[in-house]
Amino acid sequence: MRFKRTKAVLAAAGLAATMAACGSAGDDGGSEAVDVNVVDNAADNFDDGTRMKQLAEDGKITIGVKFDQPGIGFKGATDDAPEGFDPEMGKILAGSLGIAPEDIEWKETISDNREPFLQSGEVDLVIASYSITDERRQVVGQAGPYYVTGQQLLVGADSDIQSVDDIKGQEVCSVTGSTSLDNVKAKGAKPRGFDTYSECVDQVLDGTVDAMTTDGAILLGYAAQHPDDLKVVGDTFSEERYGIGYSKDYPEMCGWINDTVTKSFDDGTWKDAFDATLGKSGVDAPDQPELDECQAA
Amino acid sequence: MDAVFSNFDEYLKAFGLTIGLFVVSSILSLVLGVFLAALRVGPVGIMRKAATVYIGIFRNTPLVIIFIFMAVAAPKLGYNFKFIEDWEVGGYHVSSFFFRSCLALTLYTAAFVCEAFRSGVNAVPLGQAEAARAIGLTFAKSMRLVVLPQALRAVVPPLTSVQVALLKNTSVAAAFGIAEATATMHALTNDNADQRPGIFLSFAVGYIILVEVLTLSSYVIERRWRVA
Repeated sequence: MRFKRTKAVLAAAGLAATMAACGSAGDDGGSEAVDVNVVDNAADNFDDGTRMKQLAEDGKITIGVKFDQPGIGFKGATDDAPEGFDPEMGKILAGSLGIAPEDIEWKETISDNREPFLQSGEVDLVIASYSITDERRQVVGQAGPYYVTGQQLLVGADSDIQSVDDIKGQEVCSVTGSTSLDNVKAKGAKPRGFDTYSECVDQVLDGTVDAMTTDGAILLGYAAQHPDDLKVVGDTFSEERYGIGYSKDYPEMCGWINDTVTKSFDDGTWKDAFDATLGKSGVDAPDQPELDECQAA
Repeated sequence: MDAVFSNFDEYLKAFGLTIGLFVVSSILSLVLGVFLAALRVGPVGIMRKAATVYIGIFRNTPLVIIFIFMAVAAPKLGYNFKFIEDWEVGGYHVSSFFFRSCLALTLYTAAFVCEAFRSGVNAVPLGQAEAARAIGLTFAKSMRLVVLPQALRAVVPPLTSVQVALLKNTSVAAAFGIAEATATMHALTNDNADQRPGIFLSFAVGYIILVEVLTLSSYVIERRWRVA
């Protein structure tokens, strides 16, 4: 009897171990979309007293990304880590500091808290579809752009809207307070702001609004999800230059970010990252954008 | 602050929309709330139950969930209220978004209005209602002529609180397709990251002024209705 019970416990333990192994194997498969080069002894590559040296020695970094933009930065409720082009860029940057992807702490940033998070040191970097603007550069540092995109329109499959010229007087939705919404308002459309992109897509599917607008890459992701009901129309009618945000307290980070991004352009990891994320919706990787020079601090 | 002053027409338009949402939902919620209160204190058992169930549902549900229902779930069930856009009110077409936001705010606030009125009715001594019935008034008449006029006085302060809450609750519509004050504030802070504190402050001041106007007018009413 006693022997039997021991056996049962052993069997249960074994089963648990196998299941745990299964679980972790599955997770690895999900997050390792792109091979990221993690540099050994990275701390030696940086001068004493720089933020990069400090991060490399600590072996961990906190990066703010979006959690609600498919293809750019998206984390489902049950996912362990966000997926998308922005997190991939984060992994490339962390890799150059010798920090492995699993040691990155991802923090959700929404449009409103990107600057405060950088200023308070809550995050070390912000890579969150963060368009470079002069106003933002007043308060934080922005290196890049690592990706240039523009906004387009997503409409129902049977819609008459062909391009941005047709949206006058029509209801167009996007995320409340976004630049995309301002742009269509300037073109004469009635802006309809929602909390998230997915709610906005629902409105287009239900026919309660005429179109949705934001960066083309995001729209293509949704069109791919509903190929029979939705289509992306028109040329891009704005230019968004995605940059990488860092704190103004550490201006030396700009040079490092630009060097690392340039290296990823040259060795193909940037293109791999794009193809594994945004490229899935059928767009080819665009030309590599020209990086802005770092401003003197 | 510059961002607000150079976009001052936007600022005013945004608060105009906030006021529009408030005025429409306020009137509708008062009408519905009084009706519900009448049911709740009324003599018909089934009506009393129905009003209690209504309040149980709408007072216990977060406003955002009612909004999500109106904006996301209702269109899926086939109710997108697009027909509303064919109507014309004084040369203006009401958008279905505005209508649905008002509907959500009204359904939610009416439950609180009802309870405020019920507290007012309960404040009227039972003898008053009994006396009214004793001289042969019907239920409707005893409510209209005896109980409600007295209840109305007791109800002004709690009703003001409910309406102040409604005024501020209109900001929930920002995330459901209405470019009211809070949505416009988001747009401005997003474009002018360097001026955030000033933008927050100026929109807070806008709300404070509106609420102040509302409370001051309630004081005036309170004073005028006071029993000499």
